[in-house]
Amino acid sequence: MTVLTRRPVGVVAPAVTPAAAVTRRPVEGSVHSWDLSTGVDGPGSRFVTFLSGCPLTCLYCHNPDTWRMRAGRRTSADAVIAEARKYTRFIAAAGGGATVSGGEPLLQPVFTGELLHRMKHELGLHTALDTSGFLGARATDALLRDVDLVLLDIKSWDRDTYKKVTGRPLRPTLGFAHRLADLGQDVWVRFVLVPGLTDDPADVEGVAAFAASLGNVSRVDVLPFHKLGEPKWQALGTPFTLHDTPSPTPDELAAARAVFTAHGLHAV
Amino acid sequence: MTVAADNKTTANATATDHAWRGFNGKTWRTTPDVRDFIQHNYTPYKGNADFLTTPTPRTTTLWNKLLSLFPDEITRGIHDVDPHTPSRIDAFAPGYIDPDLDLIVGLQTDAPLKRAIMPNGGWRMVESALNAYGHEADPGIRTVYTHLRKTHNEAVFDAYTPEIRACRSSGIITGLPDAYGRGRIIGDYRRVALYGVDRLVDAKRADRARLDAEWPTEHVIRDREEIAEQIKALGELKAMALSYGYDISGPAKTGREAVQWLYFGYLAAVKEQNGAAMSIGRIDSFLDIYLQRDLDAGTLTESEAQEFIDDFVIKLRIVRFLRTPEYNELYSGDPTWVTWSMAGIGEDGRPLVTRTTFRALRTLYNLGPAPEPNLTVFWSTRLPAAFKEYAARVAIDTSALQFESDELMRPKYGDDTAIACCVSAMATGRQMQFFGARVNVAKALLYAINGGRDELTGKLVVEGFEPITDTYLEYETVAERYDKMLDWLARTYVHALNVIHYMHDKYAYERIEMALHDRAVLRTTACGIAGLSVAADSLSAIKHARVKVLRDETGLAVDYEIEGAYPAYGNNDDRADSLAQRLVHDFMEKVRKHPTYRDAVHTQSVLTITSNVVYGKKTGNTPDGRRSGAPFAPGANPMNGRDEHGYIASALSVAKLPYDDAEDGISLTNTITPDALGRTPEERIANLSGVLDGFMASDGFHMNVNVLDRATLEDAMAHPENHPQLTIRVSGYAVNFVRLTREQQLDVINRTFHGSL
Repeated sequence: MTVLTRRPVGVVAPAVTPAAAVTRRPVEGSVHSWDLSTGVDGPGSRFVTFLSGCPLTCLYCHNPDTWRMRAGRRTSADAVIAEARKYTRFIAAAGGGATVSGGEPLLQPVFTGELLHRMKHELGLHTALDTSGFLGARATDALLRDVDLVLLDIKSWDRDTYKKVTGRPLRPTLGFAHRLADLGQDVWVRFVLVPGLTDDPADVEGVAAFAASLGNVSRVDVLPFHKLGEPKWQALGTPFTLHDTPSPTPDELAAARAVFTAHGLHAV
Repeated sequence: MTVAADNKTTANATATDHAWRGFNGKTWRTTPDVRDFIQHNYTPYKGNADFLTTPTPRTTTLWNKLLSLFPDEITRGIHDVDPHTPSRIDAFAPGYIDPDLDLIVGLQTDAPLKRAIMPNGGWRMVESALNAYGHEADPGIRTVYTHLRKTHNEAVFDAYTPEIRACRSSGIITGLPDAYGRGRIIGDYRRVALYGVDRLVDAKRADRARLDAEWPTEHVIRDREEIAEQIKALGELKAMALSYGYDISGPAKTGREAVQWLYFGYLAAVKEQNGAAMSIGRIDSFLDIYLQRDLDAGTLTESEAQEFIDDFVIKLRIVRFLRTPEYNELYSGDPTWVTWSMAGIGEDGRPLVTRTTFRALRTLYNLGPAPEPNLTVFWSTRLPAAFKEYAARVAIDTSALQFESDELMRPKYGDDTAIACCVSAMATGRQMQFFGARVNVAKALLYAINGGRDELTGKLVVEGFEPITDTYLEYETVAERYDKMLDWLARTYVHALNVIHYMHDKYAYERIEMALHDRAVLRTTACGIAGLSVAADSLSAIKHARVKVLRDETGLAVDYEIEGAYPAYGNNDDRADSLAQRLVHDFMEKVRKHPTYRDAVHTQSVLTITSNVVYGKKTGNTPDGRRSGAPFAPGANPMNGRDEHGYIASALSVAKLPYDDAEDGISLTNTITPDALGRTPEERIANLSGVLDGFMASDGFHMNVNVLDRATLEDAMAHPENHPQLTIRVSGYAVNFVRLTREQQLDVINRTFHGSL
């Protein structure tokens, strides 16, 4: 006998989505998993799709099980959207949206673009793209138009440290950041503070100065390094080289945040 | 029922005029109708918490006196007991925590934390509880209750069938209120304050006069006797208050008196009834009217208003009943369920949030967290933003709040609804329930497979069923047998409840609580199910994977091997969730087929309280892969660790359970680590408020919210002395973590913590 008013969610999808236009057949991608999270993958409660495959091999990665694209499950965009659709009513009331994460979602730019487009236009959700920026060149302007917020990892300002941490060069990420700034794209920068690795004051200062210079960074997440992902490394038989590295202390975190704040950034 | 016009003397009329000065509205003046009074007089508050005040030194001193007594109580099980005085409303001389410091007075006995015996429910329970805590029963009292005066417990067993007894001992039906008070009846204690006792007596006399004119059928005679008992109880209430120096024959005249009068009404109930849950109702918007009138008149300060509420809450925190250790094993942590319902939206759209709603929440800071009173927020997306924020903040800081959907309850029960116990909604003063504990639907599935033989003992408990002999379980076969077994279970269950409540009315009638109800009350027979997630997952395994049966030499199915994977309840996956939905619906339909005592309306809950641990102990290996003896998930929760997509997906599986088929409530407990709600305190508050909005907008009914780290609980196990007030919500109520048994503590810690990686 209870009748709750059900709020209509979303708008009708365009007949041809970008990916369908390119491939002319149902789009599939390699998906590691999906999850509902609150407050950690962008604002509010979000439907997060973790794609498989990443060109980086970060020493502190807490999801090394998402590195190999072939280890993921071939999944159609339809299936992901159908799953996300179950949460549109919840998210409309709770506040939040959808995040495409990974792995590195831009390793599968067509699939990622399809998901973002349909999340935004078919489901009416706020969209976020969680990326290292290394493959930013693969993101078309059309893809970025379907993104409300980019969560951009800048793992270090120092080129050598970046290479040491990720196994890849820093430059593409900086280029992508500039492009996002030119497009006026809303960005949250994410920086993981790892004692003895990314906490060199000059390094932190470099990331902060750069982020501040862009003009489109609305927030900086200074994230403490943790070892909760270590069992996954063990399961994969890959040595976890940061086993003896401690998590930063609250004071160290506060000091790093202060560097960003000093540049006029909103750091948390 | 109408309140007879009070024209005994002009003086009385004048006193009432004074007590009701400035109040609006008409209906409530002539008929006991507290809702009408509230709606005409309350002041919704949409502001924030900035006006709240810190505890006064008096409050802190008083609370510290009690804090110093708690460690000893925890160590010894009880602080003290009077084995010589069967309790009734006026059995004890006045008691105080400190006569110079108590602002709101009254204790259950003549000293704080001293427990009373209430043998009407059953003598054996009293005697074994006394013995368990090192006390001897009084021989004279024993003679009275074993030879001279029949108890509820004795009477129930006189009328039980052998089949019901077998079900009790096998554990397929457990927790029945056949040896203790059923509780879950909320007197409208506000009536004492609004009308004074004399008017309530007059109204009861008028009811009685109408009954005297009716032909004495069995029902009419019972009603006459009950009203006579109610009137006597009201007299004792007045006498009890007078022993504390208060004449409550007339209405309360001030805010302080309103709190005091209301508390006397509640105190009378907990002096006489050892009910499983002794909830206090929806009281903050009512009290606020009186406090606000005094604040407006300049006769009260905010600090004093808070002090009355703090002091009142101190009294509610020390309600104690004498119960056996076995009872406490079933319902952890010595709970009393002084559930205090608050907030929600009125039928006219105004929020039922007042400054006193904030003051009640504030007690968790002024006195520190505590499980009682069981503060229950009626949540709606339409609540004022500042209140939502404060409630979310308090939940995060204290883990002492539960949230229930105002939008689901209001259409059924109106906007003066209160929760009894954990999730049982009822219209205050107009509705009561016959509490029915719960049946174990997971064990019933095993009975279906084993043809009525108990999987642990091998004994035949249910006659007339054939066991399934297939090597691999076929879903269609299992579903058909299970359906028939549930038919039998529902019939046996309602049979038992009818016997229990007939006898409870006869031998342990709740005189004062029912004196604070209308004469014509809506009664519900509140059935319940436990083991929902185990049963649903077992069915899902049988349906979606292959389940091989392992049998012992007598042919008893004792274990299962699952080949392949199956979708589990708790992942917002209809393949599994629909099985849980259907089970809830089907069992409700089966229950509805059987007539009830006093024509009570059938309802059911999906709630275990903490008996999920005990139920698990009494249930063998199940086809979902759960091992024999392992705890069930609490309430309607998915099984620990099988919900793989976070607490929101898990909550939305639970939200699919149909409230229309579970009108006695659907309980969900979530334990979330702080970092899984956001990165800053402000973000966590906004996000939790959003999660509650999202859950309720998705038709979710109830959410217990714990915001805790596993490490905190582990530290509390190792160093309980450092965490005397650590509170954690279990299933529909909260407990002092350090008062749980080690086994219960481990169960809480092992439950899924929803964190972020």
